[in-house]
Amino acid sequence: MSNQCADVVIAGGGVMGNATAYYLRKKGCSVIVLEEEMLGNGGSSRNGGGVRQSGRDNRELPLAIYGIGNIWPHLSEELGVDIEYHQAGNIKFAKDERGVEFYKKVVEQNLKKGLELRMLNQAETREICPLVSDEIIASCYCPSDGHANALMTTLAFYKRARELGARFITGEKVLSVKLHKGRAKGVITSRGNVYEGDKIIITAGYESRAILNSVHIDVPMRRKLIEVIIIEMQPKIFPMMITIPDYDGGGYGHQTDHGSFVFGGHIPLENYLRPEEKEVTQLITTASNCNQLVSYFPYFKDAKVIRSWSGWTDLCQDEVPVIGNIDEVPGLLTACGFTGHGFGISPAVAACLSELAVDKEPSVDISGLSYSRFIM
Amino acid sequence: MAEYLDRSSDIGKLVAMPDDDMIICRCEEITKGEIRKAIHDGMWTMTEIKRYTRAGMGLCQGQTCSRIIKGMIAKELGVLPLSIDDNTARVPVRPVEVRVYGKGIN
Repeated sequence: MSNQCADVVIAGGGVMGNATAYYLRKKGCSVIVLEEEMLGNGGSSRNGGGVRQSGRDNRELPLAIYGIGNIWPHLSEELGVDIEYHQAGNIKFAKDERGVEFYKKVVEQNLKKGLELRMLNQAETREICPLVSDEIIASCYCPSDGHANALMTTLAFYKRARELGARFITGEKVLSVKLHKGRAKGVITSRGNVYEGDKIIITAGYESRAILNSVHIDVPMRRKLIEVIIIEMQPKIFPMMITIPDYDGGGYGHQTDHGSFVFGGHIPLENYLRPEEKEVTQLITTASNCNQLVSYFPYFKDAKVIRSWSGWTDLCQDEVPVIGNIDEVPGLLTACGFTGHGFGISPAVAACLSELAVDKEPSVDISGLSYSRFIM
Repeated sequence: MAEYLDRSSDIGKLVAMPDDDMIICRCEEITKGEIRKAIHDGMWTMTEIKRYTRAGMGLCQGQTCSRIIKGMIAKELGVLPLSIDDNTARVPVRPVEVRVYGKGIN
């Protein structure tokens, strides 16, 4: 049908693609973003909204620090939409000595990286997070972490990029990368349309794997389902993001500006769920999430669950994303495999991608996240 | 497959209407004007409107407002309401207490 050209063509209209389009428009590049479904219907809208530095791998920590220091604080003003960013801290709970020992090590490791984390005893924990169960004997607190509204952030980047002239097309599933003399020069969609660009960026979540496969690039990742429950609107309870350690089942949550409480947990059965083409809420997970939430916050037992949702995380083999130029195919870039912790670093990742796309040095050293790390 | 939508297509300017302050989503108290602005901000699907404005995100999950919103999108974009997909229905259909859902919570 139609042939379309731009300086940069992006496959995937999630938070990464939308934010990259925004930064590229600010640099004056023409951009086309192609999205199979609708804007931000993958992991961008299906995450806990955490914006944290604590607990990050050394290779991606600089992205988190850069975003929290330079982008998140003024992002609402920049995009003209309240994205509900709050630097309200992240608190990780310990129920027993095992947890205390675990978090003492975490604090020590993070201090080495220059990140302020501290242990709080039971009384200090209850002071800042008063509703927590009596069973919690200590916690690990990172005051500079926080959370934001992932749905709004994703759509706000889209809205602003669109206002600035980025072209977004939905209902266009990118199937393959088109090469010309060994360089990535375009993409081909399932409608048979060709979109050409000097730089091609693949930010399509798990689907990035299939698209990159068309030029013999294979990012080792697999999908895993996560599920979240939403509790009805509550009075202001506590401002910070909460984290339940993985060895105790895991979990994360925060109260939104609206007053509802968002909580996601893990269940040991995740790897054995019925294989579904589409993400679907499972029969047992909501109950499991309710149990987990109440065991840390008995306060919620009489509150109502009003909604639940599920989503795919794209787990990369070494649990950090692949970001940047793909050396094997000049002109081709990607950001995928975020392993469930991409949202918090998304603006910083997008800023770096936009710099790489105009052949500039990225603001953050992302060399440890390159695709070449898998070539043994 | 989702319908092909070029989000840069011209849908005209957002013109204020006398009934823009009418509440469409009663659960979240979202007005007609807020929804129309969202459409002009580029939110052309039911789900995007829901995520952007909270309309349909409340206790009733859009049981009242969904059809009205669908009609509004259709009108602003100049398409048939039938061509617009519904929001995803989410469990539970009615609010359920945490202690009822969970096991052995007293």
